[in-house]
Amino acid sequence: MQSLTNRSKLVVNKKMTFWERIYLPAIFGGMRITLRHFFKKNKTVNYPEVKRPFSPVYRGMHVLKRDENGAERCTACGLCAVACPAEAISMVAAERKPDQAHLYREEKYAATYEINMLRCIFCGLCEEACPKEAIFLTDRIVPASLEREEFIYGKEKLVEPVDQRIDISLRQIKSYPQ
Amino acid sequence: MIAEKMIFILVIFGITLLIATYLTYFERKVAAFLQDRVGPNRAGPFGLLQPLADAGKMFFKEDFVPSAAERALFILGPGIAMFTACMTGAVIPWGNSLHLFGRDISLQVADVDIGLLYIVGFVSIGVYGIMVGGWASNNKYSLFGAIRASSQMISYELAMGISLIAVIMMSGSLSIREIVEQQFDGWNVIYQPVGFLIFFICALAECNRAPFDLPECETELIGGYHTEYSSMKLGFFLFAEYINMFISAAVISTVFFGGYHFPFMQELGLPANVVSLLGVAALFLKIFFFLFVFMWIRWTLPRFRYDQLMHLGWKVLIPLSIINMVLTGGFMLLKDYLW
Amino acid sequence: MVAFLFYLLSAVSVLCALLVLLMRNPVHSVLSLIIAFFAIAGHYVLLNAQFLAIVHVIVYAGAIMVLFLFVLMILNLNKAAPPYQTTLVKVMGAIAGGLLLVTMVASLKHSAIQPVAGAEDGQIGLVKNLGKALFTEYVVPFEISSILFLAAMVGAVTLGMRNKKDNSSAITHL
Repeated sequence: MQSLTNRSKLVVNKKMTFWERIYLPAIFGGMRITLRHFFKKNKTVNYPEVKRPFSPVYRGMHVLKRDENGAERCTACGLCAVACPAEAISMVAAERKPDQAHLYREEKYAATYEINMLRCIFCGLCEEACPKEAIFLTDRIVPASLEREEFIYGKEKLVEPVDQRIDISLRQIKSYPQ
Repeated sequence: MIAEKMIFILVIFGITLLIATYLTYFERKVAAFLQDRVGPNRAGPFGLLQPLADAGKMFFKEDFVPSAAERALFILGPGIAMFTACMTGAVIPWGNSLHLFGRDISLQVADVDIGLLYIVGFVSIGVYGIMVGGWASNNKYSLFGAIRASSQMISYELAMGISLIAVIMMSGSLSIREIVEQQFDGWNVIYQPVGFLIFFICALAECNRAPFDLPECETELIGGYHTEYSSMKLGFFLFAEYINMFISAAVISTVFFGGYHFPFMQELGLPANVVSLLGVAALFLKIFFFLFVFMWIRWTLPRFRYDQLMHLGWKVLIPLSIINMVLTGGFMLLKDYLW
Repeated sequence: MVAFLFYLLSAVSVLCALLVLLMRNPVHSVLSLIIAFFAIAGHYVLLNAQFLAIVHVIVYAGAIMVLFLFVLMILNLNKAAPPYQTTLVKVMGAIAGGLLLVTMVASLKHSAIQPVAGAEDGQIGLVKNLGKALFTEYVVPFEISSILFLAAMVGAVTLGMRNKKDNSSAITHL
């Protein structure tokens, strides 16, 4: 078989020469390599102070978007729950009252919407399935917690606040090469 | 006189403990740099307070004694390790004498005429701490660690002693100060390169440092002899190891690298006290260089297998050191005969 | 001060020597033997024989006792029953020990303790004097003992070589 790189070495079980058997040259060679690394620039990113930028298509914590008037886009159609391979999404639909038109965009809305972050595999299929462009995955990280219950995210954690919109514009550029 | 000695002993003791504390920090920094990392940098500027944080953690951990352990010996083990480690610094000449307040103050706790043997003796006793602690833990892994430590000690002590004998033959004295004084013209390492190499390898083995850290070898024996230890008892074991490292580096520097001598120390024409202080600085510089080499080796070389360890000790180092000793004796006779 | 230290060290060495016999656990016995050795090394220091003291510590406490402990730990005699305590053995032991005591008392009763030649100035124990004495005055016994050691070493090697065929000593499998 042809090797992909030319770095592979054939194993030869030949008898070692005296110079090889005293090992000291090999040891000094190894120490030279480590010493060279001693003076190299380190590759550490000091995390809380320095953050590495995420890729624009990073799939982190979900957000339920509002439209430009501040009404929730989700219509509780359930397609995201169907698409979810991990069955992490559940919801209860409800009918919009006449005086709630400024809260919900469609006539049907999600009274509860829960994502179990422990089940979620962050595949992004919910985002693909959503017909209303309501759910998106963002570059936010799901924080750690000591209790399992706290990983079931309800609407209070998922829906974006009116005054702090979450920018997902980079994710909406869908230019798939045909 | 006695008060002066007491103060000096306290100073040496304090410096030894301080250096041992900060060796943990250096160890982690050196490891990090060799691996392209940063190392501890959170506690204080550049992480300089990290050893204090570690010590605080050690003190406040639960001091646990396993129910099946032999209580008295379990407590005695770390004590022996710490005690013997601290005792060895007494005979090392840290510098030439200082002339203060009208008299000479020797920078050495005790100039016994068997200084080198004293160090070898205390190093060989140091293994009892590990053995007693490991046996008293009543744990298979600890016992294995203890047994390995003892056999390693016996195997490498011989080669270490014989490599020192070659130096003693050349200097004709067992007093370390005498040996240092005789290195004024040339360091012993020039005349005894093989002896130095053997001694260095054996020093690594006696300190249980990688690549000879089989007694505590995490991958095979969990923690080896200190598996069952927690809190400051564990701290004592780790601390004793670093003190031993410091003393080993000091012995290497004094016996083979001229101690407090440095090049051109008489030509500079400085006052005697300044030369003495510079000598102390030179000695510590050498010690720190060897400490760095210790760490450099630890983070470069993988651990020996047990049979490789025994092979190296008995079949390589001991014959080599005996040959070195015989050749040294032969050359000395030849020199006497020719001149 | 010296007298006090002498009595202290003597008490410690006698006590530890007794403990060697009385302890049930062999590891404890070995540890008390080590303490006894240290006490004896202390006696050497009191006699200004530092070289002898440190060599005593290195050889006995540092090497031989480590080997003893090593073997005991490998054998794991922790729970071994107290061996052979039949009445016959006890009687035999008492007779043998009593005979030894009688012999020692009889031999020491009439001998006056002579001061060692050259010990008056307290310098005989130092390395230089000791070496000079060993290699001039006592060179024949010294060399004979070294030949004895050599014979013992050769004997040990031959014993070790005999079962080289199975090639699996315990030491390589730790």
